[in-house]
Amino acid sequence: MVKTEIKLKGLTLKNPVMTASGTFGYGEEYADFVDLSELGGIIVKGTTLHHREGNPYPRMAETPMGMLNCVGLQNKGVDYFIETIYPRIKDFKTNVIVNVSGSNIDDYVTAAAKIDALDNIPAIELNVSCPNVKQGGMAFGVTCSGIEQVTKAVREVYHKHLMVKLSPNVTNIAEIALAAEAAGADSVSLINTLLGMAIDAETRKPILSMVTGGLSGACVKPVALRMVWQVAKAVKIPVIGLGGISSATDAIEFLLAGASAIQIGTANFIDPAISAKVAKGIVEYCEKHGVVDVNELVGGLII
Amino acid sequence: MKQIIDFTIIEKLSFQRAALLKLKSATQLPEIAGGQFVNVRVDGCDKAYLRRPISIHEVDYQNNTIDLLIQEKHEGTKTLCALPVGAKVNVVLPLGNGFTMPEKDDNVLLIGGGIGIAPLYYFGKDVMRRVHTISYLLGGRTQSDLMLLDRFKSVGEVFITTNDGSMGEKGFVTDHSLWNTMKINKIYACGPMPMMKAVAKMAREKGIWCEVSLENQMACGIGACLCCVENTKEGNLCVCKEGPVFNIERLLW
Repeated sequence: MVKTEIKLKGLTLKNPVMTASGTFGYGEEYADFVDLSELGGIIVKGTTLHHREGNPYPRMAETPMGMLNCVGLQNKGVDYFIETIYPRIKDFKTNVIVNVSGSNIDDYVTAAAKIDALDNIPAIELNVSCPNVKQGGMAFGVTCSGIEQVTKAVREVYHKHLMVKLSPNVTNIAEIALAAEAAGADSVSLINTLLGMAIDAETRKPILSMVTGGLSGACVKPVALRMVWQVAKAVKIPVIGLGGISSATDAIEFLLAGASAIQIGTANFIDPAISAKVAKGIVEYCEKHGVVDVNELVGGLII
Repeated sequence: MKQIIDFTIIEKLSFQRAALLKLKSATQLPEIAGGQFVNVRVDGCDKAYLRRPISIHEVDYQNNTIDLLIQEKHEGTKTLCALPVGAKVNVVLPLGNGFTMPEKDDNVLLIGGGIGIAPLYYFGKDVMRRVHTISYLLGGRTQSDLMLLDRFKSVGEVFITTNDGSMGEKGFVTDHSLWNTMKINKIYACGPMPMMKAVAKMAREKGIWCEVSLENQMACGIGACLCCVENTKEGNLCVCKEGPVFNIERLLW
């Protein structure tokens, strides 16, 4: 019997597999395909203080082994989440984590404080790395002072597990992670999408309505793996790895690079049942390799 | 309930730029409404990372088969159309909402343009059992765009337009002479965006109830990614989950 439990500060995952924000809706969308109780956690769609309509269509461009999106944090706001969505999902037998975003520090703080009051939400993931909103979002996540400011301000009002999601669109991600750690983050998750672009050569126009968008999917995995490895070496808090994970083997690689847990994102679109399969596959890997506790794999890279 | 099923292609009919695939499931099919769609994984194509949403052309619950009429548009659909009989196809279904069933006394016109004719056969068969008058108005650029006409003729009277005049009346579906003579009070349309916009405009002018099926570009197909949104009177709605069928009164065009 392989031990799969992952203990983070104030947050216990029954296994290291979570689903990434923006790719799994509120979990309900996937309930026909996945027994949500088989997951370590689900991170629900990015939530902002106020309702956001998001960006105009087209919001997506398919790329080799991946996709670009410029959804732009479409959501009905934190009050709608609390009143309408939370009652439907609060009793899921997994950790329901809310991804919180904003365009200024006050918005982040107010939204985080409201979610702090929800008994069945054990953690938030602070989104300081969305590349698709003009103001804020990634702006906070690409400088040490920006991430420090927003993390510190949210830390003051948020009393449960505070995960900070990092942008890969920086020169030195380890420095950014250290800044988040110093400001009170309990963990960091990485990577958010890589800023990219797609052009239609026939029409000579950009494919996305916002011209640029965030790249995700299998194609970003090597970059994500490298960044997870760099960050895990730099910080003492746990690292949550994501970026292109599409199989149990991919997940194992992230654990070996130093991630304590992982998130599955775009792969959910290709196989809506992939998250539970990865959770099972991790156990199979452990059985095959005589690993009795998944935690043994974390940072187990042999160089 | 939505399912992921590994189907096997048991029959195939190839057309000039399209193919009809008959897919058989080893397990019982879920209940499918006319106008719902499937999301098909494209194996063996570097350029198709995401699934391809395809409308459901026909369902046979006795034999657990579905028919997909697929147009070769880009690499992904070309790969699907090239699959041989015997190949496995991984499909998520059924997705989205079907068309609204008409009332017994309605005079129903189903309008299909290009590959948009696909969902109107399965839906039409269902409609035929309930209403007295059902007709098709099918449009294509040219004769070869109009496939499987015998199927449609088995459901109702078929009127045709082609842009080049190679079959039926020359012009767009909205140019057809039936608009001057036929009594219609419900329209269901699926086809290219300009066609559906023209049909919606016509329906509004004539005060006819009308539903259209949109095909905005999708990633997840189940309402999670919010990529396929249509800007409606209710704001941005996912075509995959809130649609693909919309009453034109909800749309901004």
